[in-house]
Amino acid sequence: MKTTRVLLYLVLLFFVIFYLLPVYVLLVTSLKSFQEVSLKTMWNLPTRPSFESFVRAWKGDKAKGLRGLSQNFMNSVYLTIPATLISTLLGAMNGYVLTKWRFRYSNLIFAILLYGMFIPYQSVLIPLVRVMQKIKLYGTLPGLIMTHCVFGIPITTLIFRNYYSTIPTELIEAAKIDGADFLKIFTRIVLPVSPPAFAVAAIWQFTSIWNDFLFGLVVTPNPAVQPITVALNNLAGSYFVEWNIQMAGALLTALPTLLVYIFLGRFFIRGLIAGSLSGT
Amino acid sequence: MKRDKLVAFLFILPSIVLVGIFVYGFIGWTGVVSFVNWRDVFPDYTFVGFRNYIRLFGNYRFLISMKNTAIFTFLFLVSSVSIGLLLAILLDRKVRFEGFFRTIYLFPMAISFVVTGVVWRWLLNPGTGGESIGINLLFEKIGLSFLKSGWYTDPNIGIKAVVIPAVWQMSGYVMALYLAGMRSIPTELYEAAQLDGASVYQVYRYIVLPLLRPITLGAVIILGHISLKIFDLVFSMTGSGIGFSCDVPALFMYDTTFRGNYFSQGAAVSIVLLLLVSALIVPYMVYTIRSEVRR
Amino acid sequence: MLKKLLTVLLVLSLTFAFASKLEIFSWWTAGGEAEGLQELIKIYNKLYPNVEVINATVAGGAGAQAKAVLKTRMLGGDPPDTFQVHAGHELIDTWVKTGFMEPITFLYKEEGWERVMPKGILEIVSYNGEYWSVPVNIHRANVLWYNKKIFNQFGLKPPKTFDEFFQVAEALKAKGVIPFALGTKDGWEAAHIFETVLIGKLGAEGYKGLWTGKTKWSDPRVTDALETFAKMLKYVNSDHPARTWDEACALIVEGKAAMTIMGDWAVGYFYAKNFKDFGWVLAPNNEGIFDALSDSFGLPKGVKNRENVVAFLRILGSKEAQEAFNLKKGSIPARIDVNKDLFPEYQRSAMEDWQKHVIVPSVMHGAAAPESWVTEFKDVISLFVARPDVKVTQNALVNIAKAHVGQ
Repeated sequence: MKTTRVLLYLVLLFFVIFYLLPVYVLLVTSLKSFQEVSLKTMWNLPTRPSFESFVRAWKGDKAKGLRGLSQNFMNSVYLTIPATLISTLLGAMNGYVLTKWRFRYSNLIFAILLYGMFIPYQSVLIPLVRVMQKIKLYGTLPGLIMTHCVFGIPITTLIFRNYYSTIPTELIEAAKIDGADFLKIFTRIVLPVSPPAFAVAAIWQFTSIWNDFLFGLVVTPNPAVQPITVALNNLAGSYFVEWNIQMAGALLTALPTLLVYIFLGRFFIRGLIAGSLSGT
Repeated sequence: MKRDKLVAFLFILPSIVLVGIFVYGFIGWTGVVSFVNWRDVFPDYTFVGFRNYIRLFGNYRFLISMKNTAIFTFLFLVSSVSIGLLLAILLDRKVRFEGFFRTIYLFPMAISFVVTGVVWRWLLNPGTGGESIGINLLFEKIGLSFLKSGWYTDPNIGIKAVVIPAVWQMSGYVMALYLAGMRSIPTELYEAAQLDGASVYQVYRYIVLPLLRPITLGAVIILGHISLKIFDLVFSMTGSGIGFSCDVPALFMYDTTFRGNYFSQGAAVSIVLLLLVSALIVPYMVYTIRSEVRR
Repeated sequence: MLKKLLTVLLVLSLTFAFASKLEIFSWWTAGGEAEGLQELIKIYNKLYPNVEVINATVAGGAGAQAKAVLKTRMLGGDPPDTFQVHAGHELIDTWVKTGFMEPITFLYKEEGWERVMPKGILEIVSYNGEYWSVPVNIHRANVLWYNKKIFNQFGLKPPKTFDEFFQVAEALKAKGVIPFALGTKDGWEAAHIFETVLIGKLGAEGYKGLWTGKTKWSDPRVTDALETFAKMLKYVNSDHPARTWDEACALIVEGKAAMTIMGDWAVGYFYAKNFKDFGWVLAPNNEGIFDALSDSFGLPKGVKNRENVVAFLRILGSKEAQEAFNLKKGSIPARIDVNKDLFPEYQRSAMEDWQKHVIVPSVMHGAAAPESWVTEFKDVISLFVARPDVKVTQNALVNIAKAHVGQ
């Protein structure tokens, strides 16, 4: 049936346009000068495209007190990679215990851990600052890493628990009979088959942590320590926004996560196929 | 054996302690604050019972924001699930360039809600003085003028317009879930069905979709909790909107706490939101536990 | 080798132990504001080169985000050394009455600021007989901006009264031009305009009395103000919920709209857009009144680097700093003994008015009333834009006032 195939591709193409429309506007605006930027002309191509906005967004302008993104880029890297790795590992550990070493309150503990996902973050800002101060981690990158790890535990636990529940218990039982202990089973049997779950958890966490704004803003008030998302926000003036610079900055900030999805997207899907989030 | 149990406990202990403090401790603190008279920057812990909650439910803006969240959540879930499912079904039909389509549909997840909000604020700005801009202009140019609308500037639409960028951002994720789900269905089921002479439609309706039910549930939970907490998107896109038609509880909470210094009221809003969320997650937990007992 | 390394480390650590800091918290992140702040930091560092200045800024919402972060930090026990705050009730009610600040009357006396700042601003920064912050700049809220080309084209004169305003608006509407540009996306803009209408209908004393309890909100002049505002709203662009104030000004730049009422930070926007064809008059019926707001810095109690903060505050009130900062930012100095000729046209005229006009505190920008009142006021007017029910709104305003000054 040729016509249904054509229809199928048409629908797919329609959605491609839908998903790419905003990117077009982002790109086109970031190539314009501020005088040319206007709501009225958002679809128009720039008359004299230039990368100046990107340069300004990236380098900033020290004389004018405009802080560029480049200074905070590495902060985000130092934040996101450790936080992703740690929270993912914690999720794996929790998932392992909750599925293969059930005890009386396994499900309750799972529910308790999961519930942490649902708390609105604005409500915890003040006590968060207080606690961070008490443990002397306030204003530091390790403090921010810790914050993200804690609030990442629910979702990573969910991912790994769902995934590990697909590992047949017979495998574990057999290993126990062979004399393997808790740690050995984890490192020899469970971890080696975990890459798909790691892919899902790591990609999800990387995106959430890299894109986080609120915690980065509140836990680390010193601009020298803040992640790139906060610096992006500060590219805007507080009175009016130079959209060409903002959008250029937004594209630059989104680049790492975009690349993750473009190149590692298939591992994400493979991980999902392996049952990391389907819940069966 | 005993030692194993100990190690297992140690494995999970850090998470329990951390979540205990950072989640439950903080929820407790929020709860306490919601029952006292903290209305200024200087904390005031005088107990006032349920007064903040009673005031809250008499607050016009709060009630609207709750209504908006209900509408938003419903539309957001239905649209994301439908579009995600549709795209997954289409891509499952052995399409050329599947990787390309998949990447395009998935990438909006990489973008932060703040950026999404800003761009869609522009796109859905209807224009003024008889001149269209944004999406309305596009519709005009391709001859679909009847689709033009006031979007979020129209108080009757308000938050419903915010559903569009939210769906834009998350439907790719739902698609990935469904696609993965479909691909894990053993091919024997497909073959058996085809041998029995089932049409494509029948295969999907009677075999695939029922098997995808747990995925739908999982997606609803994740999207649902994002939807109830939604802040960044609305903040950057519309603010509270005309006549508070785009207001959501998280926005109201932020405003009343950090602009109005009414900390107790903000805390009360958080508790109400948490209770709402519990209403979602408890059934899910019960379902998951029951279905596992069956296995 | 090891000994050398250890000595270096020792010296470094000693230097760090003695190198002190000054953390300045503000929402001056980009544009002229950031440049102005840089000037201040430069002046400071010239005198105190050993102090490390930490420029902690948070952008967004004309300070709304910054204020949220500030509160989180103050309540969390990590106050910045000094922070930008609107002079007036925003400071007094939020931080002074609650005991977070130290009075700086001694600075005023030592530097003789009482002689070089108008009474109006001194009133705004004082409470209980003490001074609490140093005003770095003054912005004016009650200005009506218009597109000169459009007005010339149709032979119109910029309106001085409400009657003239509506005449001009009708004429513009007939010609297909949006008479009044409005952007309500951030929620405060409508209340900002209404503030100027209140001033126009009640005069300086009447308006000031609203916030002290002297003027009743049930006053028929308030009813008149609401009715007038409702009428004004009939002449605005229909997509105002989608536009921020500057995007509304964009309509003026593009020639699609003719007028708007906004604070004089609009000048910075027009210049950034290379738009020189704008004119200004005072908001209707606001003749002789200066609706002021001011960014200021104070001295929080118990800060680690008190000496550095005091030194910084001293500089902020100096002629040199006020000139340097305001030249970049586009506002005017609080001091009246500054050289006017350095400043461009609009600022010069504002500086002259600053010395002559009656000064009233802006409510939308933190001078006239505490934040809780401002937020409720803003919300009520925001609703009014969608539903211009004068009676309901006036009742709401009366009730809100009762809660704050017990009318």
